[in-house]
Amino acid sequence: MLSKVAERMYWFSRYIERAENTARMVGVYDNLLFDLPRAINISWFNLVVINSSEDVFNARYTVQDEKNVVKLLLADSTNPNSMASSLQMARENVRTSRDVLPLPLWELINELCMYVAEHIRDGINRTNRHGFLDTVIKSCQQINGLLADNMSKDAAWQFIRLGRNLERADMASRILDAGITAQLSTTDIEQDIDPSQIIWGNVLRSCDGAMNFRRTMRVTVEATKVCDFLLHDKHFPRSISFCAEQIETAVSLLPACDIAELDKLKALLAQDNHELDESLSDYLNELQLSFANLHQEFGQCWFALE
Amino acid sequence: MSIDWTEYSTGNFYDELIADDHVPREPATRLVNYLGSMSTAEINKRKKMAESTIQEMGVSFTVYTEEGNIDRAWPFDIIPRTISATHWEKTAKGLKQRLKALNMFINDLYHDQNILNDGIIPADLVLKSKNFRPECVGVTPPHGVWANICGTDLVRDLDGQFYVLEDNLRVPSGVSYMLENREITKRVLPELFSEDSILPVNNYPAHLFDMLASLSPRDIPQPEIVVLTPGIFNSAYFEHAFLAQQIGAELVEGSDLIVEDDDCVYMKTISGLERVDVIYRRIDDEFLDPEVFREDSMLGVPGLMRAWKAGNVALANAPGAGVADDKVIYAYVPAIIRYYLNEEPLLPNVETFLCSDPEQRQYVLDNLDKLVVKPANESGGYGMLVGPHSTKKEQEQFAELITKSPRNYIGQPTLSLSTAPTLVGSTPEPRHLDLRPFILQGKKLYVTTGGLTRVAMKKGSLVVNSSQGGGSKDTWIVEEKD
Repeated sequence: MLSKVAERMYWFSRYIERAENTARMVGVYDNLLFDLPRAINISWFNLVVINSSEDVFNARYTVQDEKNVVKLLLADSTNPNSMASSLQMARENVRTSRDVLPLPLWELINELCMYVAEHIRDGINRTNRHGFLDTVIKSCQQINGLLADNMSKDAAWQFIRLGRNLERADMASRILDAGITAQLSTTDIEQDIDPSQIIWGNVLRSCDGAMNFRRTMRVTVEATKVCDFLLHDKHFPRSISFCAEQIETAVSLLPACDIAELDKLKALLAQDNHELDESLSDYLNELQLSFANLHQEFGQCWFALE
Repeated sequence: MSIDWTEYSTGNFYDELIADDHVPREPATRLVNYLGSMSTAEINKRKKMAESTIQEMGVSFTVYTEEGNIDRAWPFDIIPRTISATHWEKTAKGLKQRLKALNMFINDLYHDQNILNDGIIPADLVLKSKNFRPECVGVTPPHGVWANICGTDLVRDLDGQFYVLEDNLRVPSGVSYMLENREITKRVLPELFSEDSILPVNNYPAHLFDMLASLSPRDIPQPEIVVLTPGIFNSAYFEHAFLAQQIGAELVEGSDLIVEDDDCVYMKTISGLERVDVIYRRIDDEFLDPEVFREDSMLGVPGLMRAWKAGNVALANAPGAGVADDKVIYAYVPAIIRYYLNEEPLLPNVETFLCSDPEQRQYVLDNLDKLVVKPANESGGYGMLVGPHSTKKEQEQFAELITKSPRNYIGQPTLSLSTAPTLVGSTPEPRHLDLRPFILQGKKLYVTTGGLTRVAMKKGSLVVNSSQGGGSKDTWIVEEKD
């Protein structure tokens, strides 16, 4: 398989995953912020922080309100991480690799990009936002479903797996980090409504994991349990440990290459005594650095052949 | 409201579907009647369906404009163009005969040059052509075939006879649109496929694959075949990707390939370098190898010509094949067929005046308002003069160009290109069209069933190129009912 095609598979799946995650997060916030007590410090701008897009935001907007945040995250073509940009990039990668992907994928991604271009206003205005985001998420799932069912599980598939799981793990770590920041800034407030439950319920829903958490953990939603679940659960497809295992399997099925960072990541994930404080933030930071190193090593190993 | 065929006026042209007396021609009978039975609303619905199908299938081509490159949806007319199977069979024979002779001609030019020595064609005309590549002299590609994939443009004149307008032997494009047009039509007019016996076109990729595999220098069960594209910004990129997918080949760019010290071509893969056997190249000769041709080419592969000359890789089409699709050489194709095959040409040429010949040149200069003047080496319908549609000033410009470099121009009578009903709104109007069948030659010869029909969408226009506002139609080769 061509190195260049491998790289495109990897990026294609990262972008699809990114688009789906962005759509889900906006949807979760949309749902959440309507009935949240004023004192709880969760604002739309958190989404910009989670995506490390503060610079892009500040260059384009001044007011940190819902409209601007949603615009930046969903529609803004100058934001390379916006949902629309991600889908365009995913489409570009499919367009240039149609020879290794199932034929209907091209139609699906085309339809999705056309849908988003035509209905982007529905995403920005609140009235139809839910339906719009829902369609995008379902379309991304349809694409993943087509690949799961229809694509030969050859090298191209392994690169798709690498991209998807690395993107997913990275996003989970960012969402956890945002949860901790929110939690630490609300501990002093006494309320009838427990802000902790709202924050961590929100974290779970952002990872599409509320149901799974309840069934697996069988405990109240609270910070350390949610962290434990999203970091270490062996079965939940969006937990970081699960993603790491997927990455490890994919690497083992690809032409031999030394991905040294994998061992470091595994060692990091083996630690499990997290206190809910700054040290957890540092820990998540280390995880994110490890993801960045993995990305580097994949590139050197398979994509950068000269 | 529905289509009233008695309102359809064919004017002074041969119409592909409707005869002079408003009666459909035999192969179009069921199609014409069916369209006539549809309401305007139904026709508009089918048009919409075609448009959305094209968008969903992502069928596009790229147009270069001053504002940058635009990826445009493929312009398509839903009314197919029909040709009877018996007529097509004869035409296909003529096309095979033509390519076979042209390949013998090219092979001769790069070896003994018998045809020049025998004085059939003036040696100067060939050896001074910029498409004659001295770098290729002495090379014998697999099966002695240089042009493996040929797109020949046919037009029908007033007499209903097909004429060859030109042979494209370098990197002809359009075949993917032929295949997509059929897919679209099957979705838009499905009823007709059960009524008529319309011959399939979708066996082309299998034949293309077999042909390419037959060129492999290594006798192995699974030769490595790649499609070499200039990249995403090329107007035919859609087709390159489509064909690679259809034949299960890797789609590569120059930067994916490397020629090693053993003069073999390798591609850069995730497991290291892998040897390549056959390259279906979709980039022009000049860009193939910066060591031999244009030094500034970023699209090619340094050393590719070395590998090809050493016989370690097959290139389809072979470099230098373009020498035979020069429009000056075109005038000699009937002579070429007689010379190599000792047969009479089955398909006629359009009468051609060579400006390199003083007498013929004078005739062209005297009749610029009546003739079509074409440069000998351009493609895509650029830089040509359509006499009857030109201004005095344009004619003067061409007179000057011709006098300056006579070798580079030819003149042809303005043909009465045939028409076919094409929807303008929901009413059919006659529009001019041509036909580009594709012919393959490796170990065996193969002709597509029909080909790509291109339509000049503008009223009265004769320019069918998609880069200049042309559209296309599905082409039906219809078996006669017994």
